[in-house]
Amino acid sequence: MNERPNGTKSAFAAAASAVGRWFAAAAQWVGRFFVRYWFFIKKILIAIVTLACSTIIIFFILRLIPGDVVREYALSIAQRRGISYDAAYEIAVNLLNYDPEAPIFTQFFKYVGGLFQGNLGASMYVDGVTANSLIAQRLPWTLLITSVALIISFLLGTAIGAFMARKRRGVANVLLNGYIVTSGSIPDYLLGLLLVLLFAYTLPIFPAQGNYDISVCTPGFNLPFIGSVLYHACLPILAYVLSQTGSWALMMRGSAIGVLGEDYINAARARGIGNMTINRKYLKRNAMLPLVTSFAVTFAALFGGSTLMESIFNYPGIGLELAQRIGQKDYFVVQGIMFFSSFMVIAINLITDCIYSLIDPRIRETNK
Amino acid sequence: MSEKQSVRSDPNGGKWGDFLSRAGSTFAALGRTIKNAFVKLFSNGQACAGFCIIIFFILLAIFGPMIFPYDVTTNFSMRFLPPSWEHPFGTDEMGRDIFRQLISGTSNVLQIAFYTGLITVAVGTLLGIISGYIGGIVDKVIQGLANIVLTIPSFPVFLMLAALFTIESPIELALALSAWSWAGLCRSVRAQVMSFRERDFIQICAVMRMSKFHIIVKELFPNIISYVLINFIVAVRNAITGSVGIMMLGLAAYDPTNWGSMLERARNIGLVNPKVIPLLLAPLLAIMVFQIGTVLLSNGMDEIMNPRLRVN
Repeated sequence: MNERPNGTKSAFAAAASAVGRWFAAAAQWVGRFFVRYWFFIKKILIAIVTLACSTIIIFFILRLIPGDVVREYALSIAQRRGISYDAAYEIAVNLLNYDPEAPIFTQFFKYVGGLFQGNLGASMYVDGVTANSLIAQRLPWTLLITSVALIISFLLGTAIGAFMARKRRGVANVLLNGYIVTSGSIPDYLLGLLLVLLFAYTLPIFPAQGNYDISVCTPGFNLPFIGSVLYHACLPILAYVLSQTGSWALMMRGSAIGVLGEDYINAARARGIGNMTINRKYLKRNAMLPLVTSFAVTFAALFGGSTLMESIFNYPGIGLELAQRIGQKDYFVVQGIMFFSSFMVIAINLITDCIYSLIDPRIRETNK
Repeated sequence: MSEKQSVRSDPNGGKWGDFLSRAGSTFAALGRTIKNAFVKLFSNGQACAGFCIIIFFILLAIFGPMIFPYDVTTNFSMRFLPPSWEHPFGTDEMGRDIFRQLISGTSNVLQIAFYTGLITVAVGTLLGIISGYIGGIVDKVIQGLANIVLTIPSFPVFLMLAALFTIESPIELALALSAWSWAGLCRSVRAQVMSFRERDFIQICAVMRMSKFHIIVKELFPNIISYVLINFIVAVRNAITGSVGIMMLGLAAYDPTNWGSMLERARNIGLVNPKVIPLLLAPLLAIMVFQIGTVLLSNGMDEIMNPRLRVN
């Protein structure tokens, strides 16, 4: 009889101590985790703060734009329906789902609440059009053009840069240098304009505008549609590649010249390794490493689209949509798309940063 | 000879004479510095060519409208004339001379670009130096701000700000353009300043308890001025790309002879019409030549200031 409470007690104590030990271990583990990955957590926290600040800034810049949207809309309703301005104003407030009288902070909290539900904002003018649906519609077109162009120009540019670093004299180098200076000086949209003029109007080889020709194909996964899309994408991609290759080549040349001075290149030469192998395995890979960061940053920037380029080719990408919505003062859609693109920039930068510090411990040390 | 000596050492005129001779030597030193800078500039082919192009455009902007005054009256009998001696680039859809339009628009384009470059560089350098030299919480705040600005895509913000300012003067458009372009410069100036901060000469100044103001103005700034100058030219180039782009989309109130608005008019008439090609090509060519000038000048200056970069 006496033993039982004792036993339970000891069992209880054992259990308690086990739980305690477990907790201690867990706490230790959590502590160690925090200490070890503190730089990750710090980075994530900084990213969240940056995102919050940029959301606030976008919201308030949009509110600063002069011109009363509701008033303009009400005037147009009053004209169309032949009713008094006050009645039209009430209709406009209801239709736009936007009350200019509401305090700006209430509006802001409503917006942020929507963001947490994944709702980037609905159009003020057209029912059923939201920033989410617009992004889903327009972003694939933008990404198709820009990412293909980015990959082509990156590969081409690094090849040219490595070539220029190896052969620093000669006609080819002078020509390539001229190309780099010229392509770096012409704004990309003007290059696009020139290409449209040349290859779409003067020599009608490529279509001048749009993303596909509705008269030859139906959208879907079929050959004519894909062919038409690619055919329409040629000219924009060409414009991007021509204007971007030069800067990649310049970066690669600088990096490759640095690598060529390293001892391991000389050592490889001394061992009798062929020029091709040195170029491919020793030079290009090492020289490309610093360029990968800029590649990631450039890729992140693609999600904002390029307004000017898309408007030149009348290509229905996200940048063109954004510019049109800014022109219409469609606040909610604009802030949704802007939030999305700055979110992508921050997220991709964060991921690259983290990958880099996992690969290279030196970066971790300096960032502490 | 003895008289001269006595004049120099005259105790009554001493202060004034001292001041004059000091001012004279300062001016002489300044003149020498400028002369040396130009000698260096012209020793580099690239920089020389770029400098000449830019000077040409500046002279065009100042004196061009006096020599070739632009006549805004429309004349429908002279629409879309092909290039001739009288109209080197032909005429536009209203029968106005394109060459003279281009010249009268130069001043507007260059003013916007110049002010934008000036504001961008002033803000970026100032914040970069403060952030890099003072450090601590100030550094964190400024860099956080720069980070935020860098993450928001700039061109849509230009569009919004262009609507925000009622843009009639070039300075206001310049403000809108530079509001979002100082951040990159701020970061790179900060990196430069931080590398200088560890150098001996700055450390010694700090040990000698010189004021921060003195160190920044007299010690740090002269060391990064070449970098800042190059970035000024880069900022001017970006400003032209941005301002012409905004005007080409027709999203800013504008001067109708600005190169960007000439492009917009050409695009509105429609590129299908081959008669519109001169109206399109003339401003395009002008922008290209000017931009090539800026690239050559900034590359050349880079080579002059950093001899390590010289590839060959």
